[in-house]
Amino acid sequence: MPPRQPHTPLLPPRITHPAAQALARRHRLRWWEVLPWAAAILFYFVVPDYLGFGTELLIAVLFALSLDLALGYAGIVTLGQAAFFGTGAYTVGLLAFHGIWTEPITSLLIGALAAAVVGLLSGLVLLRTGGLTLLMLTICIMELLEQAANMAHDYTGGFDGLASLAIAPVFGVFEFNPLYLNTQFLYSLAVVLVCFLFLRTLVYSPFGQSLTGIRENLLRMHAVGSPVRRRLVICYTISAAIAGVAGGLWAQTNAYVNLSVLSLDRAATVLIVLILGGYGRLYGAFIGAVVYLTLEHFLARIYPTAWQLGLGVLLVLIALFARNGILGLGETLWRRYLQWRASP
Amino acid sequence: MAALPAVACVAVSEIRLETRALCRHFGALVAVNDIDFKLAAGARHALIGPNGAGKTTFINLLTGALPTTRGCVLLSGKDITAKAQAERVKLGIARTFQINQLFRGLSVLENICISVAERVGAAPSMFYPAGKRTDVIEESMYLAEVLKLADVAHHRVSELPYGRQRLVELAIAIGLRPEVLLLDEPAAGVPSVESHIVLDAIEGLPEQIAVLIIEHDMDVVFRFAKRVTVMVSGAVFAEGTPKEIEANPQVRAIYLGQSGHGPHNG
Amino acid sequence: MDFAVDLAGIVLGGLSAGSVLFVVSVGLSVTMGLMGFVNLAHGAFAMFGGYVIVLAMNSAHIDFAAALAIGFVATAALSVVLERVLYRPLYRAGELDQVLLTIGLIFIFIAGITIVVGPESQPLELPSTLGGQLNLGFMHYRTYSIFLIVIGFLIVFGIWLAFERTRIGAQIRATVDNRRMAESLGINVDRLFAITFAFGSGMAAIGGGLGVEFLGLDPQYALKYLVYFLIAVSVGGLGSVVGVYCASLLLGVLDFALKLYLPKGGTIFIYVFTILLLLWRPQGLFGRRET
Repeated sequence: MPPRQPHTPLLPPRITHPAAQALARRHRLRWWEVLPWAAAILFYFVVPDYLGFGTELLIAVLFALSLDLALGYAGIVTLGQAAFFGTGAYTVGLLAFHGIWTEPITSLLIGALAAAVVGLLSGLVLLRTGGLTLLMLTICIMELLEQAANMAHDYTGGFDGLASLAIAPVFGVFEFNPLYLNTQFLYSLAVVLVCFLFLRTLVYSPFGQSLTGIRENLLRMHAVGSPVRRRLVICYTISAAIAGVAGGLWAQTNAYVNLSVLSLDRAATVLIVLILGGYGRLYGAFIGAVVYLTLEHFLARIYPTAWQLGLGVLLVLIALFARNGILGLGETLWRRYLQWRASP
Repeated sequence: MAALPAVACVAVSEIRLETRALCRHFGALVAVNDIDFKLAAGARHALIGPNGAGKTTFINLLTGALPTTRGCVLLSGKDITAKAQAERVKLGIARTFQINQLFRGLSVLENICISVAERVGAAPSMFYPAGKRTDVIEESMYLAEVLKLADVAHHRVSELPYGRQRLVELAIAIGLRPEVLLLDEPAAGVPSVESHIVLDAIEGLPEQIAVLIIEHDMDVVFRFAKRVTVMVSGAVFAEGTPKEIEANPQVRAIYLGQSGHGPHNG
Repeated sequence: MDFAVDLAGIVLGGLSAGSVLFVVSVGLSVTMGLMGFVNLAHGAFAMFGGYVIVLAMNSAHIDFAAALAIGFVATAALSVVLERVLYRPLYRAGELDQVLLTIGLIFIFIAGITIVVGPESQPLELPSTLGGQLNLGFMHYRTYSIFLIVIGFLIVFGIWLAFERTRIGAQIRATVDNRRMAESLGINVDRLFAITFAFGSGMAAIGGGLGVEFLGLDPQYALKYLVYFLIAVSVGGLGSVVGVYCASLLLGVLDFALKLYLPKGGTIFIYVFTILLLLWRPQGLFGRRET
């Protein structure tokens, strides 16, 4: 595409202006972006007893990332993300349980595809609406799928679900051993890394920028000629596919799938995780998942009621004072610090 | 609503934007009443009238933000009455809003980039970083410079004073390289010390763009417009050069009749 | 003849369940129509009220009618406080913040009640006048169910009358219709919302108490039936009392029939119905269309 550059040759190219440089460099990897992955590798070697928990964490991060694309970047408020998680999980589960297909990586792709189809169809139809209606419809789609899975209990095992799923070894070599969880963890880590890189590229692309525009000012986006609904549907479909991968991973690493993958509880939890970490920032998903799951792991088992009370209070405080979560608070504090440093 | 008779929509060249018998009803309220309007290439046309005359509604009909009840809108001879807002932008109509509609959480440069990226067709691309589109960034930077925003290009729009935000609003519209530019009170809310920047920018617009500007300030109208349309109660009340309109006794009556507001008041 | 009796049984059962659903949801419909505030915690108020009523009856041996009144007052009072402190700062906020706040409130209510009362389901002994069966001529049916249908109708009629005949009702209708216009006419919208919110929460409490027979009462109540309250309100149309009444009755009958004939996953049709309806008419059956 021939770029139109209406600048006079006498002036330095505008791209050297600090603001332009900032934009041109926004996508570059920063040093601290390697930290989460380094931490994961460290986790693998330092606390091998907790690899099951670690795998759970990785899947939660991926699930929250999928929601971040729809909610954090495009502004689609949904309480139905578990519809896609569950579609991915059940696709993988059904394929494995009924002996149709057990190769793990391709199963994930099939699960993602199934979830993407559900996302595309529901998105085409739901994203015409907004506000409470949209919220309601996302919940209804999810509940509908849950009831469908319940109805088809001959295939899906109904409330009890499908257990002891046979998953073939990764690349034919690395087995999913329920006792020796190394394969599960490293496999999940690899999948999450690939998906994250994909999402990161998407978010920094012109498409991702237009999603931010849609979230910030819908009216303005229409007025600059953006095909808003098309963008939203594409975004929602991709978000669904990623959630489907997360669900498929869940089924594979637990060798189990039941109705809980489609529940309102699961959808509400991923929303809380993302908000806690900070939405619209990709890394909020990491922080939210780590903080939430760690606290839940240690507190919820021992004091379940106190955990619920604390979580409720936390949510109220976040809604009133810290809507951008932990990362948002961090950013505010950092900015205050810079201002304090700059003042005489 | 009973079926209203259709209006024939046939093309005429040289005229960039045209409306024929354009109407908009809100139930029993007639907001825009049977307006025939022509905007030629290179026009500098002002639309004035008392509050509630329907000027912004008219702009909304032109851009497609509101559907018409009756009549048609033609862009360079083509009937665009059925086309959605985004489509009309692609065909060459851009507007600014009376109250700023900006991406407040983003920087000035990002705001302009979003607009330029849409125009050049970069926006749907998913698999390379936006930062690699130096053409988009350079052009956006150029627009920022023209509107004296270069020093705050990296600041968040919400941090700017309202007057400078208005300039960002203008930059976004200009970034679309429209054939027809509709400005809804561009200097509204801008402190008088800064308003010359907005007006200079409007004056500096490429000659071939057809510009329609809604204004209350007659100084601006005199400085800028070659033709003026006066709108009252949804219909065209008078049309002519600024001098003709100013001398028109009925127009004076309309303005002076409105609680003593003369043409030189806001 | 048998079929007619069966059908009547389903219809009456559904109508009585729907009447309970209506009494709980009417407050949500009006407050959402008034302020557009997504209050997912509405079911938690119903639960709170239900607990007050049940405890008043079981521990303090207060009779049913008085307990209902106490439940109404206690819940309305609580809601006034919460509205002032928590809800009011978020009126202009986005939907997401409102969802977060109210989900947080749900958790607080559930945990709070579990700590104070305990996780068990609470029994409710109906007054003897409402127990037993009523002779309807062509069949016998549970007196309590008939009572619920009658009460539901009286309540919707009473509220409708209040909306049409009283000044405050007119103010509410005006504000639901066009908030900005109502404000410019001098209506104190914030005060109106506080009053409506209190009344709606009180009504929810009564619904919670009346419905213990059907819906049970345990700390999970606030979450278990949340989706149904939301469906009743969206399908009926925000701000429309008649709308939420019709939607609740319809939902009640549908749910009753489906649970009877298709116990595994039959409620899928309720979601299909809701989706289709909201796609056809996003504003609900009786709601106002946003211009």
